[in-house]
Amino acid sequence: MQNHSNTDKDLGLPGSDELCVNQNSLPSKWYHNIKYLVIGIFFGIIFVKSEVISWFRIQEMFRLQSFHMYGIIGSAIFVGMVSIWLIKKFDIRTISGEPITIAPKTFNKGQIYGGLIFGFGWAITGACPGPLFAQIGTGATVIGVTLLSAIAGTWVYGHFRDKLPH
Amino acid sequence: MIEFIKHPWAWYVAGPLIGLTVPALLIVGNKSFGISSSLRHICAMCIPANIPFFRYDWKKEMWNLFFVFGIFLGGAIAVNLLGNPDPVEVNPKLAAELAGYGITDYNNMVPEQIFNWESLLTLKGFILMIIGGFFVGFGTRYAGGCTSGHAIMGLSNLQLPSLIATICFMVGGFAMANFILPLILSL
Repeated sequence: MQNHSNTDKDLGLPGSDELCVNQNSLPSKWYHNIKYLVIGIFFGIIFVKSEVISWFRIQEMFRLQSFHMYGIIGSAIFVGMVSIWLIKKFDIRTISGEPITIAPKTFNKGQIYGGLIFGFGWAITGACPGPLFAQIGTGATVIGVTLLSAIAGTWVYGHFRDKLPH
Repeated sequence: MIEFIKHPWAWYVAGPLIGLTVPALLIVGNKSFGISSSLRHICAMCIPANIPFFRYDWKKEMWNLFFVFGIFLGGAIAVNLLGNPDPVEVNPKLAAELAGYGITDYNNMVPEQIFNWESLLTLKGFILMIIGGFFVGFGTRYAGGCTSGHAIMGLSNLQLPSLIATICFMVGGFAMANFILPLILSL
């Protein structure tokens, strides 16, 4: 971790973007991660039941032919916003008693270039990274190739990061 | 009850539940909601290749990999145990357009007539599955997040960079879906 931030500084690059700075300072065993697995399972079920991971629904969204996706994303943001406001207002802590911290995002041109490229990919595959995992779960095994390709894309970005405009 | 669960869920049910993931992750372990980072952790774990961007202690980020593995399992559970027997209902205009490209099967989340193993190595299949996936992985990391990290988590936390990123996601998606994808689907 330490290494990583130093390298970023040396290269004069923006910080480690949204990479969680591992705010959880308490020692944790692997099985503590089971709770994230459970949240993930609920999340995957919601993805399928609301058809968020449907390629068809994404096509409708980008053609303004349905309110469904806008309603989902909009209401999710609304609930998230109120939750974070409540957490800050009442200084709510984690279940292990730590204060909750959220790293701010810093602007760089990557959000524009990268954002557009991701938008292209979203419309082609009908999936952002989360839905890729859920689509494979629904039995669309060939999407495993799309996921591997997405991992390759992330790797290529990491490789050429210091040559790309930020 | 089970009948209710089996039907597709309305946006006002699913959206708030997705939004609740934000406080759930924060309260359970001080984690910021974000999914595309998992792709970075997989790179750091399997093929770091001495690239500074992948040289960090990925073991501390294991929670994220458990989370996405959960999403995969959730997908499997939903389809096999809580599945909706009816095909996805879409806007008739979209159905008419897609029929023009030979897409008529609405039984799966992914249109199997164009996303399948046989067509993977055709030009159309290669662009849809391999180039498309590459754009998703490259673009999300370049932008520093995806729909979850920027659009939901970032906007919930009133971050201007996330608003810019989200607008660019939508602009890119509109351009692709309306102007370029029709050409790809006609291949």
